[in-house]
Amino acid sequence: MPLVTTPNLSAPDDFYEALIDAHKDLPGEESHALNARLILLLANHIGAVDVLREALQAARLGR
Amino acid sequence: MATAPLGYGSSGQAIQAFEFDYRHSPDQSAAAPVRHAVVVVGGGPVGLSLAIDLAQRGQRVLLLDNDSKLSTGSRAICFAKRTLEIWDRLGVGDAMCAKGVGWNVGRVFFGGEQLYRFDLLPESGHERPAFINLQQYYAEAFLAVRAAELPNLEIRWNNHVVAVDQDSDGVRLGIDTPEGRYTITADHVAACDGARSRLRALLGQESKGRTFRDRFLIADVRMQAGSPAPSTSPSGEAASAEAGFPAERWFWFDPPFHPNQSVLLHRQPDGVWRIDFQLGWDADPEEEKKPEKIKPRVDAMLRQALGREIPFELEWASVYTFACLRMDRFRHGRVLFAGDSAHGVSPFGARGANSGVQDAENLAWKLDAVLRGAAGDSLLDSYAQEREYAADENILNSTRATDFITPKSEISRLFRDAVLQLSKHHPFARTLVNSGRLSVPAVLHGSPLNTPDADRFEGRMVPGAAAADAPVRRAGQGGWLLRHLGRGFTLLLAAGEGSAALAVQLSDTQLPVPLDVLAIAAPGAPDSAAALVDADGLVTQRYDLQPGNAVLLRPDHHVCARWRRPDVAAIRRAVDRALATH
Repeated sequence: MPLVTTPNLSAPDDFYEALIDAHKDLPGEESHALNARLILLLANHIGAVDVLREALQAARLGR
Repeated sequence: MATAPLGYGSSGQAIQAFEFDYRHSPDQSAAAPVRHAVVVVGGGPVGLSLAIDLAQRGQRVLLLDNDSKLSTGSRAICFAKRTLEIWDRLGVGDAMCAKGVGWNVGRVFFGGEQLYRFDLLPESGHERPAFINLQQYYAEAFLAVRAAELPNLEIRWNNHVVAVDQDSDGVRLGIDTPEGRYTITADHVAACDGARSRLRALLGQESKGRTFRDRFLIADVRMQAGSPAPSTSPSGEAASAEAGFPAERWFWFDPPFHPNQSVLLHRQPDGVWRIDFQLGWDADPEEEKKPEKIKPRVDAMLRQALGREIPFELEWASVYTFACLRMDRFRHGRVLFAGDSAHGVSPFGARGANSGVQDAENLAWKLDAVLRGAAGDSLLDSYAQEREYAADENILNSTRATDFITPKSEISRLFRDAVLQLSKHHPFARTLVNSGRLSVPAVLHGSPLNTPDADRFEGRMVPGAAAADAPVRRAGQGGWLLRHLGRGFTLLLAAGEGSAALAVQLSDTQLPVPLDVLAIAAPGAPDSAAALVDADGLVTQRYDLQPGNAVLLRPDHHVCARWRRPDVAAIRRAVDRALATH
């Protein structure tokens, strides 16, 4: 299955708010660590390495 | 020297002190350079394994070593299953396993806390464990003892190759000895002369790759026998009473007693523990090797691990750096490079000595076939091709482990630490923790010696894979599949329609090399002397070997072809292909 880039979030605004809230009051360094843990958790959830490679490429290109 | 000869029971101390005698060879006073079929240069685990293998195949072998001693210090200490299986074929596997120690429990620590423990739980149905820990000097000593049993294998100690040149007719080797220089010629030369290979330099070649700017201290420490063990380790488990420390592998990332670096502890025979301390690039190797510098490091580790200090003796210490590199080509005309001379890896994952022994076994049967005229010279090209491929795989694995253990950038460190943090509670993250992956043999996918599958098969025994072991029974005797494989090619032939007739046809067929047909009977079949009974059904399962099917194994026990409905013509073509003569 290719990387889903069409709208797929069940509640986009809720997710975005939760993402920002998760970083609340964290110093920059700890925010970065949180992001790293988050990426690892999500990557495991996705599982398929070809989908992850597509995501990495899209993120690297910024588009 | 008037010392006792080396034996399978020699002590580690005796082995390291042992000096082989230099002996004058008639070659040195010959009027013209004496010709040898095959010369192996270097008497380490790789050179010795290769020389023994060739000699067992009936070749006259000359092995030259530039000094008169075996390895000093423990050096390579993890010998993997595949290496042990090769050494079984060479007659030394039992000695290695009797002396070596195994472990199953590992612990991973991050900072001051234990993240998790794991049990290797090796797959059952194999004679040999995933690996053993054994000091390199024991491995070399057992090989040297075995070599001395073979009358067609000559070892010349204190024979240092200092000149090499070759043409289409052969190789000339100039050799320095305590009595001066002499020259011999050879059909083929195997350069097993280590990371700083003289032969490589003499041929103007180099090994290229990535050098890591880091230093590690190895301390081999003998815990004093009888030192009272603590009742429990901090993890709540009983420690080994005789030596004060559990026989486990402990790996620390960033421990409080050695901040920002890694530390590895594991056990060797004779109550010796190997401790690796990462030191960083700026450490002074000479300074760090001093016992007074090492003792406080070990004491601090023991205080953290056991809650107190215990007496120990320092057996050996060394500071090392490493690189992941290889030669562009492992074959240069009649000179073939094997082991550390051809490629180097970081020590994480035990892929140095293990891959070298696999080089040796890949090369041995090919050189033998070429020297016998059963195969053309191009079979030796396949040695280089297959083992360059394997070296790339080993380098990839070892580079990945190194990058995890010693992150090279801030972001790499960030992700590494995130993996470690998550691994305490989330099993998935433990699959990402990489303190060295188990050394397993490369599957030689895409080797020109493989016959591609024409039929559908399941499982891991694809063409190119090293043969998996399985329990078998013959005439009521339990045993192991790998022990029954021949020195030439072996056809595993499952009893079924037409299999008996095929076996008869094959026995009447002239092939360029010997082919042993090993009839495999289904689990539950009556015992007989004619067939191996697949005792637990694991041959069937691991090879997907259904009634009437066949799997062809090369002399180095790699799968090279398999068929649902084998016939003589197809088997002949596959053998020719595996000899590069098709």
